[in-house]
Amino acid sequence: MGQHQFNSRLLVGTGKYRDFDQTREAIIASGAEIVTVALRRTNIGQETDQPNLLDYIPSDKFTILPNTAGCFNCDDAVRVCKLGRELLDGHSLVKLEVLADKTTLFPNVIDTIKAAEILVKDGFEVMVYTNDDPIIAKTLEDIGCASIMPLAAPIGSGLGIRNPYNIVTIIENANVPVIVDAGVGTASDATIAMELGCAGVLMNTAIAEATHPVTMATAMNHAIVAGRLAYLAGRMPKRRFASASSPIEDTISAKP
Amino acid sequence: MQIKLNGEFKQIVDQCSITEILKILDLQNIRLAVEVNLEVIPHAQHASFMLSAGDNIEIIQAVGGG
Repeated sequence: MGQHQFNSRLLVGTGKYRDFDQTREAIIASGAEIVTVALRRTNIGQETDQPNLLDYIPSDKFTILPNTAGCFNCDDAVRVCKLGRELLDGHSLVKLEVLADKTTLFPNVIDTIKAAEILVKDGFEVMVYTNDDPIIAKTLEDIGCASIMPLAAPIGSGLGIRNPYNIVTIIENANVPVIVDAGVGTASDATIAMELGCAGVLMNTAIAEATHPVTMATAMNHAIVAGRLAYLAGRMPKRRFASASSPIEDTISAKP
Repeated sequence: MQIKLNGEFKQIVDQCSITEILKILDLQNIRLAVEVNLEVIPHAQHASFMLSAGDNIEIIQAVGGG
């Protein structure tokens, strides 16, 4: 993606885990190389020996992708990206996510487009969370975003790929990696996304809220690989009626 | 002098640099980024950047998120 090369097609978030130990264990099990983080105000006047996420997920071992989650307008999102770049010593890869509504967490597409224009001009490599709308996806690509990341279903919903046809249309139109971001609930959802031809899948809640997050992270690791290989292999055509796999002729019970 | 720090008013000594306030807050060893009046201040300038009364300072760090 852009000038970067990654071996894993799974991208994972760091939210909702029991603690940082579990976060790290799950991320290692997932095989993910790109790991999203949020940026928030440092607690002032409280204990300063609190563990720090970046000590558990070091930026020399993982590609840290700061997100703009929690931003509901262009200005805030741009500010957060600039802070993220400074936090990570000039690292320019960011996940742009401008939200519109707290219930659905659907993107504010108008401000997403505005922010993407500003950030691309400022030299950021923008991976952008958006609707599963092929027209908007193309607009964001034309602006210069490094990756288009349509939702499969609302963030944290675990509902799976709700509109596979739109995802396929977005992929067919795109010349940059399309990564499903949000909505995956279990391993089969991730596999379906990859079978559709996605370049990758970004997920957080599906792993973190599993009863056993580390086991689910392992499952997702395999699911992404399985889906990608199935996509490359090219699935058989679907047909309405049976097609025997064993020879019909020369069965011993056959009567002349 | 009074500044606004992460949304709360705070009284600090005059002639205070960003490096000094991070030391006062015991944050000098934490990986963070600092913004003053909506402008990010690069780490390289923390020692020389002097705060002024009324400055609006944001100190952020990475937390878990998706």
